Amino acid sequence: MSDFATMQAIAQLVPLGSRVLDLGCGDGALLAHLQATRHCTGYGIEIDDANVLACVQRGVNVIQLNLDEGLALFDDASFDVVLQIDTLQHLRNAEVMLRETARVGRLGIVAFPNFAHWPNRLSILLGRMPVTRRLPYQWYDTPNIRVGTHADLRELALQSGLNVQDSFGIQEGRAVRFAPNLLAGTSVFLFSR
Amino acid sequence: MAMFAQSQTLHFAEPLLLQSGKSIRAYDLSYETYGTLNADKSNAVLVCHALNASHHVAGVYANADATIQEKSAGWWDNMIGPGKPVDTNRFFVIGVNNLGSCFGSTGPMHVNPNTQQVYGADFPVVTVEDWVNAQALLMDKLGIKTLAALMGGSLGGMQALSWTLQYPERVRHAVVIASAPNLTAENIAFNEVARRAIVTDPDFHGGHFYGLGVIPKRGLRIARMIGHITYLSDDVMNAKFGRKLKQSLRFDSYKSQNHTDAYSYTTQEVEFQIESYLRHQGDKFAEYFDANTYLLITRALDYFDPARKFGGDLTQALAIAKAKFLLVSFTTDWRFSPSRSRELVKALLDNNRDVSYAEIDAPHGHDAFLLDDPRYISLVSSYFNSILSEINAKIRTEATA
Repeated sequence: MSDFATMQAIAQLVPLGSRVLDLGCGDGALLAHLQATRHCTGYGIEIDDANVLACVQRGVNVIQLNLDEGLALFDDASFDVVLQIDTLQHLRNAEVMLRETARVGRLGIVAFPNFAHWPNRLSILLGRMPVTRRLPYQWYDTPNIRVGTHADLRELALQSGLNVQDSFGIQEGRAVRFAPNLLAGTSVFLFSR
Repeated sequence: MAMFAQSQTLHFAEPLLLQSGKSIRAYDLSYETYGTLNADKSNAVLVCHALNASHHVAGVYANADATIQEKSAGWWDNMIGPGKPVDTNRFFVIGVNNLGSCFGSTGPMHVNPNTQQVYGADFPVVTVEDWVNAQALLMDKLGIKTLAALMGGSLGGMQALSWTLQYPERVRHAVVIASAPNLTAENIAFNEVARRAIVTDPDFHGGHFYGLGVIPKRGLRIARMIGHITYLSDDVMNAKFGRKLKQSLRFDSYKSQNHTDAYSYTTQEVEFQIESYLRHQGDKFAEYFDANTYLLITRALDYFDPARKFGGDLTQALAIAKAKFLLVSFTTDWRFSPSRSRELVKALLDNNRDVSYAEIDAPHGHDAFLLDDPRYISLVSSYFNSILSEINAKIRTEATA
């Protein structure tokens, strides 16, 4: 999630001084932001070599790990917040990882691209898979192997027995609370076990 | 411009109490330093060596006529030096030879001041913890209270880790590469085979062979051959040697129509290139390494187990550490596998310590920690840059305070 406004919107959700685990932390920008502006501590998890290097360059703690192998390294409720920002859609074991997020964190925050955002619906209606700023990939080269909607994620969270504390959309860095499944490119869920 | 290194030695008269309860007195420690210690002595990096290395970490030795001695580059010269990942233009780097080794520091080939006899097999058993204590005494003599970083691979990584537990206040960063919190049974087993090879060599004479004009080279060769196999991966060995025959070095027999004819049908001569390679490595090693040292250092590896005092609980064992950690493992390293590094990561996470961990997908097995993988090299380089920023920030704050 490169968009700075969106990153800030997510950061606002993290309580001050939290111990944070950021699953799929990318280049560590969000963690660095949380450390600098919200006095957080914590670790990022990344699989990609270049991202691991970028985190070390930023001075962000990073653990190189394949999330598809699970979170056995982490004890129950060992973090205040576990973030999964634009990560869930890349995981084979998305369902397991959603539950793992709630196990390891007292609060889980998941954000991922909402496939039901109206431009995507329009594109499908016209017979083509959407290619947008938020979903910039062609159908044949997308790393997003789990394509879901805001409504789908709610369903999965309930099915997994998670306690959804809040959910909304983000569009252009602003929270979308009215009809997020239609009006927001990014879906956000806050939940606990 | 080559960086010239110079071996130095300091004498320690006071006895050093060892973990075993024995002690050693009037001993020497050989070391080398590279770069310059800054004014507030905050840029010192101690590099710990593994099984068969020495204090000659970086740089080259000069001949009498100031030319570079052939094949004299330090064992981690690709990592440490001017403009290298551990940049000696910025850091003051120290390499030290451990007690019991055979490269200058007091070892089994030296005279025991208590008996005036060569130590031989009577050299006291030394542990990682003992080495760290001796290294700390050397740091005292060099006037270094706090180390910006400890760094080591394999057994060297164990020393770096042990420093953070024995002297938590003196270590700011620990860079622990291809290491483990202790050896597995399989690892101890390999060490034991190597030791038996040495001990059962008729030239070993119970470890007291120095005055007899013999060296247990057969044992050393086999020990080295076993070690070498475990430092490589199956894949890299196959890529390098495969089933190629020694003969094919001389003529292209393997490619001939019926290459099975090129077999010599011998049981004792070298047939395959891998055999030739291992014999060569063994021969080279037996020329310079000491048999008693091999026993001592493999034993130090076996004994290392900081969690032992805590009923095997590594998290409790590491609770005392204050340093920030960088851990690196290599996916094809089966002697010190990534899962062992992850145990350390977990214990550090449980204690809420700063830690970064990289698992480098390199084909070279345990040896990878000495090689030039660009991901590994840039990672260490970036980490030392961040250490440098911390040092400089501290100097600035103290200057303005």
